[in-house]
Amino acid sequence: MKPAPFAYLRPSTLEEALAALADTQGAKVLAGGQSLVPLLSMRLAAPSTLVDINGLPDLDGIAADAAGVRIGALARHADVLASAEASASQPLIGMALSHVAHPTIRNRGTTVGSIVHADAAAEMPMVLRLLDGTVDVASVRGRRTVPAADLFAGPLESTLAHDEVAVEAFFPALAPGGGVAFSEVARRHGDYALVGVAALVDTEGGEVTRARIGFVSVSDVPTVVDVSDALDDPAGAALAELEPADDIHATAAYRAHLVKVLTPRVLADAIHHARERTGA
Amino acid sequence: MITQPEELHDVRLQVNGSVHEVRVPARRLLSDALRHDCGLTGTHVGCEHGVCGACTVLVDGRPVRSCLMFAVSAVESEITTVEGLTEDDGTLSPVQQAFSDCHGLQCGFCTPGFLTTITAGLRENPEPSEDEAREMIAGNLCRCTGYQNIVKSVLRAAEIEREIERESGEQVQ
Amino acid sequence: MTTKMFGAKVPRVEDQRFLRGQGRYVDDLLTDDPRLLHSAVLRSPHAHARILDIDVSDVLDVEGVVAVWTWDDLTGPMAEPLPLLIPHPTLTHGRTQYALAKGEVNYVGEAIAFVVAVDRYVAEDAVSRIRVDYEYLEPVVGIPAARAARTAVHPDVPDNVGARMTQENGDARAAIAAAPHTLSLDLDIERSACTPMEGRGTVARWDPDTSRLTVWSSTQTSTGVRGCVAAKLGLDLAKVDVITPDVGGGFGVKVVHPWPEELLVPLASMTLGRPVKFTEDRREHFISSAHERAQEHHVEVGFDDDGRVLGLDVEFWHDHGAYTPYGLIVPIITSTQLLGPYKPQSYRVTFESVYTNTVIVTPYRGAGRPQGCFVMERTMDAIAAYLGKDRTEVRSANFIQPDEFPYEHGLVFQDGRELTYDSGDYPASLAKLKELVGWDEFEDFRAEMAAQGRRVGIGLACYVEGTGVGPYEGAHVHIETSGKVKASIGLTTQGQGHQTAFAQIVADTLGVRFEDVEVVTGDTRKMPYSVGTFASRAAVMSGSAVHLAALRAKEKALRIAAEALEAAEDDLEIADGVVSVKGTDASIDLGTVAVLSNPLRYAFDEASKAATQFRVGDPGKPPVAEGDEPGLEGKDFYSPPRSTFANGMHAVIVETDPDTAEITILKYAVVHDCGHLINPMIVEGQIHGGVAQGVGGALYERMAYDESGQLLNASFMDFLMPYVTEVPTTIDIDHLETPSPLNPLGIKGAGEAGVIPSAAVFAAAIEDAEGFPITAMPISPSELFALRLEHADLPAEALSEETR
Repeated sequence: MKPAPFAYLRPSTLEEALAALADTQGAKVLAGGQSLVPLLSMRLAAPSTLVDINGLPDLDGIAADAAGVRIGALARHADVLASAEASASQPLIGMALSHVAHPTIRNRGTTVGSIVHADAAAEMPMVLRLLDGTVDVASVRGRRTVPAADLFAGPLESTLAHDEVAVEAFFPALAPGGGVAFSEVARRHGDYALVGVAALVDTEGGEVTRARIGFVSVSDVPTVVDVSDALDDPAGAALAELEPADDIHATAAYRAHLVKVLTPRVLADAIHHARERTGA
Repeated sequence: MITQPEELHDVRLQVNGSVHEVRVPARRLLSDALRHDCGLTGTHVGCEHGVCGACTVLVDGRPVRSCLMFAVSAVESEITTVEGLTEDDGTLSPVQQAFSDCHGLQCGFCTPGFLTTITAGLRENPEPSEDEAREMIAGNLCRCTGYQNIVKSVLRAAEIEREIERESGEQVQ
Repeated sequence: MTTKMFGAKVPRVEDQRFLRGQGRYVDDLLTDDPRLLHSAVLRSPHAHARILDIDVSDVLDVEGVVAVWTWDDLTGPMAEPLPLLIPHPTLTHGRTQYALAKGEVNYVGEAIAFVVAVDRYVAEDAVSRIRVDYEYLEPVVGIPAARAARTAVHPDVPDNVGARMTQENGDARAAIAAAPHTLSLDLDIERSACTPMEGRGTVARWDPDTSRLTVWSSTQTSTGVRGCVAAKLGLDLAKVDVITPDVGGGFGVKVVHPWPEELLVPLASMTLGRPVKFTEDRREHFISSAHERAQEHHVEVGFDDDGRVLGLDVEFWHDHGAYTPYGLIVPIITSTQLLGPYKPQSYRVTFESVYTNTVIVTPYRGAGRPQGCFVMERTMDAIAAYLGKDRTEVRSANFIQPDEFPYEHGLVFQDGRELTYDSGDYPASLAKLKELVGWDEFEDFRAEMAAQGRRVGIGLACYVEGTGVGPYEGAHVHIETSGKVKASIGLTTQGQGHQTAFAQIVADTLGVRFEDVEVVTGDTRKMPYSVGTFASRAAVMSGSAVHLAALRAKEKALRIAAEALEAAEDDLEIADGVVSVKGTDASIDLGTVAVLSNPLRYAFDEASKAATQFRVGDPGKPPVAEGDEPGLEGKDFYSPPRSTFANGMHAVIVETDPDTAEITILKYAVVHDCGHLINPMIVEGQIHGGVAQGVGGALYERMAYDESGQLLNASFMDFLMPYVTEVPTTIDIDHLETPSPLNPLGIKGAGEAGVIPSAAVFAAAIEDAEGFPITAMPISPSELFALRLEHADLPAEALSEETR
């Protein structure tokens, strides 16, 4: 289990990195590498060139304000999780991150990298999607902002072009009347979830005005379902849009069952969270 | 078809306070560079896909899987391996001593990854509860011990560190 | 006075090197040798195929590749199939693979070509350039497919059956027919594997100057590897040294030998004149080492009103994978050890060992016992449920009683000897277990939890384990002139603390300080006669041997000291390495005795001056007496008439989540009887590890093969070995010490015990929580959920609903 040969570039500016990506067929960006390196070692991926962005300046920022949380491409999960400001602005980030793998992986793995890896079994792509966040993407052609709704193309596939680098993710702050919650069932502590569920609600005077649920591991892409009109049976509404599948760890029926168990719980937790915050 | 020799990179690795100048291809995993190029075979390789934790080293003080990093990416970092945990005079570190006291190891293969992880963990949380001790080691696999005595070792290491602190405090007085 | 070491919780001496990162595992060897070459293996991507052509022409062009082998390049014994290590008369259709596949492959992972290159990276590059043309054949995957025999794994093996074996004691079928009550059960266990943290690995160095081959291998039998390497490479045994360095866990898989690489690496080293290394990676370990456990069982049992078993008839099918290098050891152990602590009035067992296109099956810690224990204990629970009796009561009714030892079962065990239990006290063990787990208070706890909407269950399981099988082990004890003691044993060590435990025995037996004893294991240069480390045999076999060898050395020391001190041997005692005349100041240290034991012509230091020919001995006699040898040494072998039988009982309390079907362990209790404990700390560590491995086997681990024979979870990502978060937070252990009468120290083996009852005890507890039968293990939440649906309409569910 050793990677196939590749050329290696370690640019010291973003411009150099973007130029390298534009000039090289089959190049891939190396950030934390916690998902990429195993794929290389198993020779499931064999890029011609790795463009290591770990030497780029100013990409490890974590900035939080009333609008939301901006996370740079080199910010490690562990630092994001440890950021009190980030959790204060958008508590769902920390709730979900504590379920991402194990602390040692979080020390190296990047939140932005995890998002653009676009794994429907991973927590952070779903969280970005649920919160209607965005990813700022740079290439030699310039910068653009991609809404989460347009980011995920398929299993392990984002809509980023091969020469684009995700430089920052933005997670909107939790609105004053908002509440969030997260829960998942995994085979082992730290494993990818069999089913993961997050909820985001808005309330006014303690009453729910909007409710959306995000799901991990029950469809090919991170999936969010609006259950504002189905508060009495949010799981039923969700299952109409999800495609739970069999794998070696769980049957589709069991996954659907977990959706039924977890969805109302998480929704209730999010409503409770909102009411707690508003004192309602 | 004749393949070309692979491009080699001159890499300056700072490990346990020493500098190792190595020439390696870009794909050389940090775990292999430490073991085969630096001769620091204390770091073990158990899965090469980042799950088992045997290869865990400290990169700038933080536990990281050395099988999920390339040596060329480690140039700007200070790396600590199990060999670097022992005191300069050869005394076992509190974590190492605790493993001996509590029978926290059997075959010893996973042990270096536990030792580095716990060393960093106790810096962050010097007085862990039993649950926190368990959480600290939750990303490392061991097939021999059933973890019972590793959890005890974490608590014992914290105790040894407190004892050392108390003793050095007394000496200062 | 020397402190008694036997029985003390002595910290392990091997920890010092492991904790400093100074252990030397096989991949650590020769890392600074610039001549060292590395290797990689092309493995079959198909479960069943004919090989039409192998094209390696692209390989040697790869910069850094040194050589490549396929079967066509092998000659002599290397071109013959690998040995069938343990032949058995009933293994009528045994088959073994070739070191490199000859014309066909029978499992995903079978070795096809062997590449040697400057490093492993380049070797893997080269492997990916080998082109093989295959003709696909339909694979046989799983026991039902093997039994259906629509396709043959090996065309010359009818019905895919490698062996059929039956043993019977009494007329079980007649007894069942006549019994007041009968039950039938079908009980299945899936595939799992040892998965030590370190995979396999071999390094070989051919020394042309001395014409000697040195092989380091991560093995459980260095003497076994040595024999195979010599035979396959056509070398005299005396030209081959095999050294087992530190081993990162074995659990059974490393007792298989020779692995193809254990032969190919030495072959490459001899051919190329350079040292060569093979280090198995994790994916290779999953698809090209060994698995175990997969068996399907059918039970017919007849019993009386008290639950006493009058007749037990068990038929089972054992999936041994594509080949049978290790013979029938696993199913034979299941068929005999299934009986556990019980004495059914009649017993019949028959098994078929069948071929499938999957990885070979060889012993994994427990070695067939977990399956047997599962079958017997599930049967006991079924009898209790049928009669409405407490599960412990039915077991008590069937126990062999303490006054019935030695107890003869009328069967033949895995070593070809009568299955005769040496000692045990099962009623006492059960009493301890009930106390430890709170068996009698459990219904109160259940009610308390039910009031909170929580669902809990309790289970117990009992086992007896034949440990310390022969044929023999040996030890050599040498007291140096410094007074330091060097002990060598032949068997290997992989984490059991042998260097500590055996030093404890030597220290006590000789009367020397523990710190002065150093134990060497698994080095054929030091002890060429040995069998290996498996079947919980190291403590019993090598422990006894090292005790006997130390006694020999002691006898000689006393004889020489008696002469030097002009005292009678009976008046001497040895403590802290000093021989003294009891009640006097007259003494001589063992180092000096060692000097005196070896009459010298040449003095090389102060101590040896004392032993030169002008200083010692009677000028009228030969310096070395007739029948004597120079040096203060002792060598002896221990070869018992039969195995000794350890036993134990486990109980577990689990909680099953009524909604998610997740299974949580609330309490785990172990009562363990392995005779006298050499080092209780080490024994408890073995139990902890076994229990955790058992938790893995019961609730998490399985080999997920698809119909085409691909292993879908060949990684630690998907083969769910427990982390600390999956094992019990505490394991309560109580010991009983019923000594074995078969060896001088009264010891029994402890290595495998912890894992044996796991499947049985968890099935029992989950069944107790849920109210419907659990007949197949392992079980995942997904499967428990499916069972709940299946049983939703049955009265059993109503029962479990009441308990909520």
